Amino acid sequence: MIPELGDFALALACCLAAAQAVLPLIGAEARERRLMAGAPGLALGQLIAIGTAFASLVWCNVVSDFSVRNVAAYSQSQEPLFYRITGTWGNHDGSILLWCLVLALCGGAVAAFGSNLPSTLRARVIGVLGAVSAGFLLFAVTASNPFARIWPPPMQGQGMNALLQDPALAVHPPILYLGYVGFAVPFAFAVAALLEGRVDAAWGRWVRPWALTSWCFLTCGIALGSWWAYYDLGWGGFWFWDPVENSSLLPWLTGTALLHSAIVVEKREALKTWSVLLAIATFALSLCGTFLTRSGILNSVHAFANDPERGLFILVLLGLVIVPSLLLFALRAPVLAPSGFFAVLSREGALVLNNILLCSIAAVVFTGTLYPPFANLLAGIQLSVGKPFFNATVLPLAAPLIIAMPIGPMLSWKRAELFPALHRLWWAALVAAAVGIVVALGWHGLAFLGFAGSAWLIAGAATDLGGRIRLFRAPFGESLRRLAALPRGAVGAAIAHAGLGVTVAGIAGMTLASQLVVFMHPGQSVDFAGDRWTLQSLVNRPGPDYVARRAALEVSRDGRVIAVLHPAVRAFPVEQTAVTDTAIRTDFVVDLYTALGAVHDGGAEVRLRYDPLAPWIWLGALVMAGGGALSLADRRLRVGAPARRGVPQGGRDGARVSA
Amino acid sequence: MTPPAISSRRRLLLLAPLGLAAITGLGFLRVLSRMQNGSYNPHTVPNLMVGRLPPPFTASPAPPGAGFTAADLQNLPQPVLINFFASWCVPCREEHPLLMRLKAQGIAVWGIAYQDQDKAMAGFLAADGDPYARLGADNTGEAAVAWGISGVPESFLVDRSGIIRWHIGGPLSPEVIAATLDPLLRKYA
Repeated sequence: MIPELGDFALALACCLAAAQAVLPLIGAEARERRLMAGAPGLALGQLIAIGTAFASLVWCNVVSDFSVRNVAAYSQSQEPLFYRITGTWGNHDGSILLWCLVLALCGGAVAAFGSNLPSTLRARVIGVLGAVSAGFLLFAVTASNPFARIWPPPMQGQGMNALLQDPALAVHPPILYLGYVGFAVPFAFAVAALLEGRVDAAWGRWVRPWALTSWCFLTCGIALGSWWAYYDLGWGGFWFWDPVENSSLLPWLTGTALLHSAIVVEKREALKTWSVLLAIATFALSLCGTFLTRSGILNSVHAFANDPERGLFILVLLGLVIVPSLLLFALRAPVLAPSGFFAVLSREGALVLNNILLCSIAAVVFTGTLYPPFANLLAGIQLSVGKPFFNATVLPLAAPLIIAMPIGPMLSWKRAELFPALHRLWWAALVAAAVGIVVALGWHGLAFLGFAGSAWLIAGAATDLGGRIRLFRAPFGESLRRLAALPRGAVGAAIAHAGLGVTVAGIAGMTLASQLVVFMHPGQSVDFAGDRWTLQSLVNRPGPDYVARRAALEVSRDGRVIAVLHPAVRAFPVEQTAVTDTAIRTDFVVDLYTALGAVHDGGAEVRLRYDPLAPWIWLGALVMAGGGALSLADRRLRVGAPARRGVPQGGRDGARVSA
Repeated sequence: MTPPAISSRRRLLLLAPLGLAAITGLGFLRVLSRMQNGSYNPHTVPNLMVGRLPPPFTASPAPPGAGFTAADLQNLPQPVLINFFASWCVPCREEHPLLMRLKAQGIAVWGIAYQDQDKAMAGFLAADGDPYARLGADNTGEAAVAWGISGVPESFLVDRSGIIRWHIGGPLSPEVIAATLDPLLRKYA
């Protein structure tokens, strides 16, 4: 009964999405108020329908209704309740449904919070979102219906991929999807602006909070994925330039560029065409990432759900979204003439540099990721592109980006002088140089460059904030008052820039990591990275749907026990797979990382790692996202959007702005 | 509202994203169709043996096979499909009927049983049929290392002069045989 309810709700959502796509767009074109007014209701209705469908699928998983094929294929009744719930989106059909739910949430959010938008723009944004939703829902209903039944139902399900039975998985896909799919809103704004034929300061201001929200989620999502790979996959790295990782990085790079170019649109009414293109490109890359992950076209460790047939369907969908929007862009973009002009050396100029560098990195990553299949297609050769390529191409582009990041916010709009900006940053440069020299003397390799860059970013962000609140130049109390009165956006930007500095420090720290793989018997000890590691015991421990072999590793420093770590290998008899559980002891400066390898002859192969500053990689991402969230709290983004300039032609009610 | 005059260069520039997206999309489409007919598999590691003579190796005798070595792969009357398999490997068993069909078509398939137990392997071939013109065992996995395979099943096509012409890192399928193997067999016949 519940699966039928879900099936019905899914079909209903598809119909509502189709209506949401058609009616408001016609209404906006014909200036028909009643049609436009229906848009928020349709969006909310679609959200309720999708929510019902999703809840139904979760229910089927919770009660282990194996007459539903999806549940039988990816769930089993002995799994803990938590994994039965998270397993809902741990497979292809379920994740597409989650994708649709997030898309509907975006539509619902525009419907709920978009009351300050001009009615035609809001109707068009909701309409475009409806069109994208309708496509995905049609896909869900026809090609990947999660409610399809099987008869007779099996007694037991096949169970969830053991690797995915992890708390991080519970939150990783939803957060990543909020980021990916969230960029559908800036995309819809871009297409709506092209339909309207105008982009102005108000557009920049409206689109920024949506882009910023998605960016925060995407940042967290990527960081979570990287952290999961670090502690769960047991490979001891945080980023592998894996195609699927790259395809999540691509929209992040262009989305970051969009955040910055939208500032220029808002403040100076320039870079309009470029920002619209970035908004389209970011969502296109999000969809492209879904396609690359799902189709199995790239060789990836993430190939959980590979199916060329479904790949074709997603590719068609991708084409239906991207081709019309880029065609519209080619036809209508010429109308968007810039009205603000600026010198090369100015805040705008710095933001253009930011965009050029970020998009160059995106282009390089895109090329490297897609090179293997295309090289095979064109030249018939089989090859893989890996870490050396990406490191050699991305780092030279990231370096100028890091150098420019603290300088940009020091420049004034329109026309600026370089020397005063550099003059304000002299002490940041000094700090960076000192850190670099200390590291270069103490450790080998290129880590000193990373640490110097990190210090430069953090000190630069501090200079920016300090200058704004006249720190040390005004009484401390006044500085505090100024800090409280500072626009949240400015504080958020400085924090986000500093957050990148923290991440860079973590990455630089990881280049100094050391590793030891050793076969040990219980009772044996080994000296590694200044500590004494003792394998105390090796025991079997049954779990709900697995058998774990668990080691106890004691780490002592100067004769004092500092940690007892329990790495394990869990064998899943139903799925016939095994998963390694790493054990990590962190003090937020150094990670002591252990993983258990092959167990035989009463002993075990143990992998020990000493990862300095590893936690900073993810901590920095959190700081970045926190900075973004703080910017979102900026009053200017919520109220007092600038009224649209000029008299709208044909009596359109485009200038109605409410506080 | 009449749009301002736009230079054709700018118009071309604005069409560029569409062009790039279209080319990428068509490329994806082509790669997908090649994946379906088996001429492209992103998950195989490139095998460096293609275009070379087989490495020195020994497939030791294991009933019902008498074994063979690299020396046997010279001056052949017809191209030979070298098939690494194992009785414990499920995809190999799924591939097995196709090998039987190739044998019925008169194609020479030589088998190398990878890290198998002679008894289990013989039992498998006795029960399901023996598609192999010649058969040997690689119990130590040394031959597998020499040929550079990463698992079973994997197959190589060796032409009459003894040069390896083609490699597939996974089971054969009817699509792969029709689209790739049959034309190659005709070419090197």
